[in-house]
Amino acid sequence: MTATPLPAAPAPQKDRSQERQKAMLAEHFARLAAAPETGAKVVYTFVPGNLTELLLSFDILPVLPEINALQSGMRQRSREFIREAEKRGHSEDVCTYVKCDLGMKLKGNVGPTGDRLPNPDLLLLSYTGCFTFMKWFELLREEYRAPTCMLHVPYQADGKVTPSARDYVVRQLREEVIPALERITGRAYDEDRLREHLRRSAEAEEDLVRVLRSARRRPSPIDGYFGAVYYVGPIFSSFRGTADAAAYYRELREEVDERVRLGLGPVTPDGPMGPERFRLVVEGPPNWTSFREFWRMFHAEGAVCVASTYTKVGGTYDEGFRHDPDRPLETLAEYCLGCYTNRSLPTRVDVLCRYMDEYEADGLLVNSVKSCNSFSAGQLLMLREVERRTGKPGGFIESDLVDPRYFSAANVKNRIDAYLQMIEQRRRGAGA
Amino acid sequence: MRCFVGIDLGSTTTKAVVLDEEGAVLGRGITNSRSDYDVACAVAQREALDDARLTLARRALPALGRGAPDEVLTPAAQEALLRRLEQRFRLAQHLVQLDLLGAEVTAELPAVERLFPGARLGPAIAQLLEGLRAEAPAQFLGGELPRTFFRDLAASQWARGAQAAAVPGERPYEALLGAFDKAILKVEGRLFDLGLAAVVGQAVGDLVEAGEIPGGRAGHVERALAGAVAAPLEVAASVGTGYGRARLPFPKERIRSEILCHGLGAHIMFPRTATVLDIGGQDTKAIQVDPDGIVTGFQMNDRCAAGCGRYLGYIADEMNLGVHELGPLALSARKQVRISSTCTVFAGAELRERLALGQRREDILAGLHRAIILRAMSLLARSGGVKAELTFTGGVANNPAAVAALRQLVREGYGEVPMNISPDSIYTGALGGAHFARRDVLAGAAA
Repeated sequence: MTATPLPAAPAPQKDRSQERQKAMLAEHFARLAAAPETGAKVVYTFVPGNLTELLLSFDILPVLPEINALQSGMRQRSREFIREAEKRGHSEDVCTYVKCDLGMKLKGNVGPTGDRLPNPDLLLLSYTGCFTFMKWFELLREEYRAPTCMLHVPYQADGKVTPSARDYVVRQLREEVIPALERITGRAYDEDRLREHLRRSAEAEEDLVRVLRSARRRPSPIDGYFGAVYYVGPIFSSFRGTADAAAYYRELREEVDERVRLGLGPVTPDGPMGPERFRLVVEGPPNWTSFREFWRMFHAEGAVCVASTYTKVGGTYDEGFRHDPDRPLETLAEYCLGCYTNRSLPTRVDVLCRYMDEYEADGLLVNSVKSCNSFSAGQLLMLREVERRTGKPGGFIESDLVDPRYFSAANVKNRIDAYLQMIEQRRRGAGA
Repeated sequence: MRCFVGIDLGSTTTKAVVLDEEGAVLGRGITNSRSDYDVACAVAQREALDDARLTLARRALPALGRGAPDEVLTPAAQEALLRRLEQRFRLAQHLVQLDLLGAEVTAELPAVERLFPGARLGPAIAQLLEGLRAEAPAQFLGGELPRTFFRDLAASQWARGAQAAAVPGERPYEALLGAFDKAILKVEGRLFDLGLAAVVGQAVGDLVEAGEIPGGRAGHVERALAGAVAAPLEVAASVGTGYGRARLPFPKERIRSEILCHGLGAHIMFPRTATVLDIGGQDTKAIQVDPDGIVTGFQMNDRCAAGCGRYLGYIADEMNLGVHELGPLALSARKQVRISSTCTVFAGAELRERLALGQRREDILAGLHRAIILRAMSLLARSGGVKAELTFTGGVANNPAAVAALRQLVREGYGEVPMNISPDSIYTGALGGAHFARRDVLAGAAA
């Protein structure tokens, strides 16, 4: 389903925070590579509803297959990995994250830093809004013969976290997940350590929200989609709750504050963006195989993405949620329940309308990806509803996560150009 | 006079429209989009400007009808003169291109003969060229002007001539065709300038000979006409659109998306347009416009060109038919074969499979047309549905079977919705572009 990127592709902003993130990643992958020697335990898990703080409290190293897949996409390896999985019999219609991840495993499981990834000691399946997650780990279980622990997170059908849903998740954490982690590590659950990680998470979350909200300004100092996928990297993956992540977000916040002070717009891989002409809200994940080219189609036209839902798949912090060290398991449960794709369509429409309003956007653009029905199902209806409520024009493009065969640059550019010109023309009125 | 040009560089054809100061269409031009977009663009624009000069001639003629009885050029004579002017002009263009073809074929000869040892093609080629030249006057001065591009017209004649002239070994059919194929690419890349003024004298002379113009007035008519067609046309602004728009030699702000141009073009042609369906060579667009012709929403096919014009092109090739013959044939179907795939790549396979099952060509074609329109209906639904009035544009709007299928499916899905199709629908994008060019200049002048 969804995931966040790590800046293996050229970073958009060679700031100190970016360098720090790179160093954090390098270190993480080095620890993973050394795991067979050090005996560190490794858990494979998913981004939405990840229990990083809990894993860290056991000194477990997380691996996120979605992130491996998108990294492979950005490194132009996904084509061969997908082909490998298809050779094994997976059809063209299967989620390309799944095939890319399986293909990478089949080709030796070499990660983005060139080191081999260790096998999992446990597959921790946090089931949040993506049915494919279950099938994915079934396949990985066959490959690795590793034990699987499933956390079932109920869908937020009525748009809010109910006490019974929260209690249901907490009970699973107590009765299933924590015992499984205790089993593989041989250590007892340490709630004080968990609280410490949660406290650091909340600190980082506060800074991240401030960074994302900076896009309310004109010009926006950041790109809240293409740029922000880098910003959410640490917090959505293996680093939430670490001192490193807290330091990264503090630094990032300071850098963005400085951009605001100087009245600067976003920095893109091609340099600082020109004058801001369009402000867009974007729904749906980006395409990773042509990420830079895709971004360029926006920034070259002066279009900045001021807010996006994709950057909320690993937590909707901008809606006020913070990890709460005083209610450690409850807060983890609420976090899992609140992930963006675990939300009902009406709630997602509300979020989008709020973004349109708060970020003073000119329109909503949907990037509908073939792979991910958790995102794509209902997107056109959402678009119509947002158009109706806000009176702002919607645009619709289609691509895929990591299958380069499903990204047609000419077609996507054609639609983006037409969409931006349509906004322009409507702004100017009939005399355009 | 000042004029405004819109150019639509499509995947199959390149279209140009010229507007006058008031926004009325002065001329239209079309050519096949060859590998060299710059040339395609220049040729289409030149054709449109030539056509604009014909319009200027048409506008000037009534003035010759006034005055003393012996000066009267009857309305019928005016029409005849215009027609002759165009015929003479097309013939002259054709002859220039035949000369270019002759030069290029001759230049290619040594290379082609090397590929066919023992072949001596020179005399046969000279004869072929002579044959084409000899046939030209009847083709252009007789009745209807040929509606095909030079390339297609010359190719079919050449193929016929080559078949007759071919002798295995000495002048193989493949060698004769090969020479043409190599040369025609070069001919298409060559720009030539031929003003309408050059044929005014011939046209007037023809009509004097036919007794339509009194001999004594010939000089007067010729001078008036020559003056009208030679009026300077100053292109005040151009806007480019279409698949190849990024390649147009225009500054960025002079390039507009096809979606916007089709929306505006459809609105100009039919001011009550609310929904536009455009099925072009390799994409299908469903566009919603407001009462001013401003686009409010759109959907396009994704990267796959299934069910677009090109698909019909492949089907026509597969059946050895011209693409314009498909629609009429489909209309004679007795039943519709259900076709589920409109994949362009598999078009041939699908067709052969159906034929192998013993199904009639007409019935298969009817099913194919319905399948194409079903895809378009899905895009229309996604773009916000079909609202009154619906304007159907693009090359496929010329296909009667596609139109019939669209009418039926729109009625089933949305009830009675007035549907507009312009005979000039292929120029919709270029027309929208030309209007954008005009508005840009007017807005600039007002600012």
